[in-house]
Amino acid sequence: MGLETLIALVVLLPLAGAALNGFFGQLHGKRLSGYLACAVMAASFACAASAVAGLSGLSPASRSVTSVLYTWMDASSLRVEMAFTLDPLSGVMILVVTGVGFLIHVYSLGYMAHDDGRVRYFSYLNLFVFFMLVLVLGASMPVMFLGWEGVGLCSYLLIGFWFEDAAKATAGKKAFLTNRVGDMFFALGMFSLFWATYQAGSGTLAFAGLKANKHLIEQATVGAVPLATFAALCLFIGATGKSAQIPLYVWLPDAMAGPTPVSALIHAATMVTAGVYMVARMSWLYQMAPGVMELVAWIGALTALFAAAIGLAATDIKKVLAYSTISQLGYMFLGVGVGGYVAGIFHLVTHAFFKGLLFLGAGSVIHGCHGNQDIRKMGGLKDKMPWTFWTFLVATWAIAGLPPFAGFVSKDEILYEAYNSPHGSLALWLAGVVAAVMTAFYMFRLFTLTFLGAPRMGKKDFDHVHESPAVMTVPLAVLAGLSAVGGALNLPGGIAHALHLPRVLSDWLAPVFPVEATAHASNEWALMGASVLVALAGTLGALHVYYRQKTVPVADNARLTVPVRMARDKFYVDEAYDILIVKPVRGLGRFLAGPIDKRVIDRVLAELPPAVAYWLSARVTSLQNGNVQAYAVVLFGGTVAILAYLTLYLR
Amino acid sequence: MTFLSQNLLTVLVFLPAVGALALALMPSEEKPLLRWSAVAFSGLAFVLSLGLLNEFHGSFPSLQFVESRPWIAEWGITWFVGVDGLSILLVVLTAFLTPVVALSAFSAVEEGVKGYYVSLLMLETAMLGALVALDIFLFYVFWELMLIPMFFLIGVWGGPRRIYAAVKFMLFTLVGSLPMLVAVLYIYFAHKAQAGSYSAALPDLLTLKLSPTEQLWLFAAFALAFAVKVPLFPLHTWLPDAHVEAPTGGSVILAGVLLKMGTYGFVRFAVPLFPGAAREAAPVMLTLAVIGIVYGALVSLVQTDIKKLVAYSSVSHLGYVMLGIFTLEVAGLQGALYGMISHGLTTGALFLLIGVIYERRHTRQIDEFGGLARQMPVYAVLLMFATLGSVGLPGLSGFVGEFLVLLSAFSLSSKVYVVLASTGLVFGALYMLWLVHKVLWGPLGPKNQKLPDVSAREIAYLAPVIVMIVWMGVFPNTWMNTMRASAEHWARDLDHYRLTVTARPGPAPALLTAQSEHASHRPAR
Repeated sequence: MGLETLIALVVLLPLAGAALNGFFGQLHGKRLSGYLACAVMAASFACAASAVAGLSGLSPASRSVTSVLYTWMDASSLRVEMAFTLDPLSGVMILVVTGVGFLIHVYSLGYMAHDDGRVRYFSYLNLFVFFMLVLVLGASMPVMFLGWEGVGLCSYLLIGFWFEDAAKATAGKKAFLTNRVGDMFFALGMFSLFWATYQAGSGTLAFAGLKANKHLIEQATVGAVPLATFAALCLFIGATGKSAQIPLYVWLPDAMAGPTPVSALIHAATMVTAGVYMVARMSWLYQMAPGVMELVAWIGALTALFAAAIGLAATDIKKVLAYSTISQLGYMFLGVGVGGYVAGIFHLVTHAFFKGLLFLGAGSVIHGCHGNQDIRKMGGLKDKMPWTFWTFLVATWAIAGLPPFAGFVSKDEILYEAYNSPHGSLALWLAGVVAAVMTAFYMFRLFTLTFLGAPRMGKKDFDHVHESPAVMTVPLAVLAGLSAVGGALNLPGGIAHALHLPRVLSDWLAPVFPVEATAHASNEWALMGASVLVALAGTLGALHVYYRQKTVPVADNARLTVPVRMARDKFYVDEAYDILIVKPVRGLGRFLAGPIDKRVIDRVLAELPPAVAYWLSARVTSLQNGNVQAYAVVLFGGTVAILAYLTLYLR
Repeated sequence: MTFLSQNLLTVLVFLPAVGALALALMPSEEKPLLRWSAVAFSGLAFVLSLGLLNEFHGSFPSLQFVESRPWIAEWGITWFVGVDGLSILLVVLTAFLTPVVALSAFSAVEEGVKGYYVSLLMLETAMLGALVALDIFLFYVFWELMLIPMFFLIGVWGGPRRIYAAVKFMLFTLVGSLPMLVAVLYIYFAHKAQAGSYSAALPDLLTLKLSPTEQLWLFAAFALAFAVKVPLFPLHTWLPDAHVEAPTGGSVILAGVLLKMGTYGFVRFAVPLFPGAAREAAPVMLTLAVIGIVYGALVSLVQTDIKKLVAYSSVSHLGYVMLGIFTLEVAGLQGALYGMISHGLTTGALFLLIGVIYERRHTRQIDEFGGLARQMPVYAVLLMFATLGSVGLPGLSGFVGEFLVLLSAFSLSSKVYVVLASTGLVFGALYMLWLVHKVLWGPLGPKNQKLPDVSAREIAYLAPVIVMIVWMGVFPNTWMNTMRASAEHWARDLDHYRLTVTARPGPAPALLTAQSEHASHRPAR
């Protein structure tokens, strides 16, 4: 098979699965629907793997293959092909999406085994993968946008999967709408880029075409602002929606209402990283807008800190992981913001492994504990759920940044870039380091409270706790393996140099990011040492508080200290948005619908014309005053006028 | 067949009227016969429109299927009809929606079945006539003719305040149209003055030379008539009342086709006839369009009646169409044309779907529903598609129009328009998802426990609309191919816009100029 065909298959297989389950799922039954969904994912992964293998067989400079399916729209000045481009960057993404996606599909077989809505679930899940692949493979911005909004739709449908619970449906709606705010800016950014190229007579929105015309974009302005800055900023605001960064992160914690495998796939491993991917895809644009890059880095750093702070106080196992995801995404933006694109993508990949694993592990715990998600009521699950315990430990180890697991290597690379890159600074590095301490602390807090110590649930409940079936634990084991050794994808420069080993990911991505952000610097070992120290500090601190001292977070908010209470109440951001945005918009709607529409516009339209008519008729009635002589004059004058017109004008 | 192929448009326009006549002769109590006859006649018209689409040459910007016969010869008024890329899809949309409506009214209309279907078929003739008319008097006749059946549909088969709504609809549109009649007469006589002969044919009228002041007044007169119909903010207040009171079929036709007559009027007449004035007035029109987008969406947000919500959403969606037209750019115009068709389908589908639950519950209050997805899963799927199509999700029909309009609006020198209009993307999703949330999700209320899911007949008329929403989103180019050439021709040089006629039928149409074609038809004086 040619590469083009393989690329098309990667995308279309999950769509076929979604369609088959969506339209005929009720016919072929619930059991089969799950197997079908897994089968198309396996096939899609196989195609993705062979496509990437095929790509690696090409010379580095020619590693970009586009598969054109058909012309999506052609509006004279803009032509958009339904086309997918496989290059090293999208290659990495499709492997993650289909690979981790496949594992999560398999896990779902067990997790959703008793749910009546299985057919619908697998249909949505396949559809999500399809849109995610469209997003990463899209050869132009509109096609990426198709995927971008499509994954948002699936996220909406899956968060509100148990739609009879109005709160869950509301969470889905919140996710969609918050994302739409971002999408609006994404669209504006896209329009501005088109406009810049269109003015110069070569209007395009294909990534290759835009990049080829970057000189045009560099020269253009929007008002007084350089167009590159405008576009980069708009696109980044779009990314803050999809990737849950300040100020649009508020939907992600609520998104935990969806089934846990969904949280793993969509809200940890794949969709939420789309913003990072997009910034990396548009790296040439961001390089033209250093101010925006700095903003990206700082938003990332601040989000990493802020979300970690909430994670320190959260008591719901999934909420801790949700804030952790926001925080880790912040790291990725810190990476790409300082120009460390490889570092950002690297962390994206390792995060997909260990955060996917953490969510699946959490799902296993929830499954085993019959729906309980409150870590204050867990504890002591170690022996009851050995597979879950050990794999969760690997993931916790990885995300905490303890060597030698994957999270350590990728996080270290981001911190290294934050310090050494020309766009980096000591302050950014420090923010990353502080967030790292917090990460290690809240993760080991979570781990300890869940698995170690004495059980804090009723004896009967505890007796019923059970390990999950193999269909769930095997994916855990595979992801644990990846979380452990994933760091080998891109060894730290010093180590690779010392051992004469390649840096696989950096080399692979080199054709996409020609600007290798930072050379190997002598402070690498010192920075690495600092990373290890802070990770250890956080880990030991958490173990001390929650394992040695057996502290359990209190249930009663009133007994908390003010900062902890604020963190547990998520710093009242949702409430603030409600007062500042949601309520005023509805209020404005009410004001326009009531006083303005009904009482002003409609009344003016309904009453003004009659009023004018009466006024006119009052004037005209004075003509009809009963004076026969006056009538005769008018009659005569009129006749003369008509005759004059007919004779003079028409003849 | 030669007769048919040479008079395709005339046959298409009058077929529904013939149907109306046939129905009028049938006994009133034979309800199934009346219903199926209406479906048959409108269905046949749809088949004809497909033949039209099939033989239409999208790559030519010119008028096709042209028929021109003297009508009132000494006044230069002709039966002059034809289609081009600006109108072909609207013709097909009209022919598509009418049988859908006919099928949907089987259970909704129990009283006065005959009158209902006669009105519907007459309305179809009037709408098709207005869309294909190229003689400005002919257009005006059809334009006003549309009012009468619609007036009856609302006033007889409508809700409790139907008389108020019908009269309001009538007065608004009639008052709006009167200045247009004056303007029509003015340009008709102006043509006599300039060319020496009477002609009401649009291709001839396009050659008129009018002073800027004349243009401005004439444009204003046309614009008023069309803006009321669109409806452009702030002339929209008749629409929510008309929609709320109209029967389901009336709402579908109203939103699906009738509103487009306004925007079509701008594209076909107001802008090309008075290009200078159109350019002059563009900032005003753009401003009103953008206000409409945001205003309509915000007002939709707080509605409690589902139909009213969708009615105000039309104000918002048609705002995009107006924005696209008055960018006076090729992508904007194509976006506008595409948006018209898409809005016809998505809003048509929404009104049909509202009708489905209204028939079951006899209420349209949003609060009365909830959790229907459990009880009516197929209904839920259909409503989701219509909703997502309406909010402009890429991959469904609504996206293409909005995308192209906004893309084009970015080229306007002031970026305020595009930025404000973009907020409609958020607000649009806000009210539609809120609606879906209230109707489909959440616990199933006690009053809705027994509702049956959509029936086979309901699927039969809903599914085609939904399929089209998907098709138009996945393969928009199929449809854009029919409009591109005409849109390019329109936008290239508005000041010298001329309508040309393609000889037909034949595989490779030769281009003739309007003048020579018309010279042969114009009666010798």
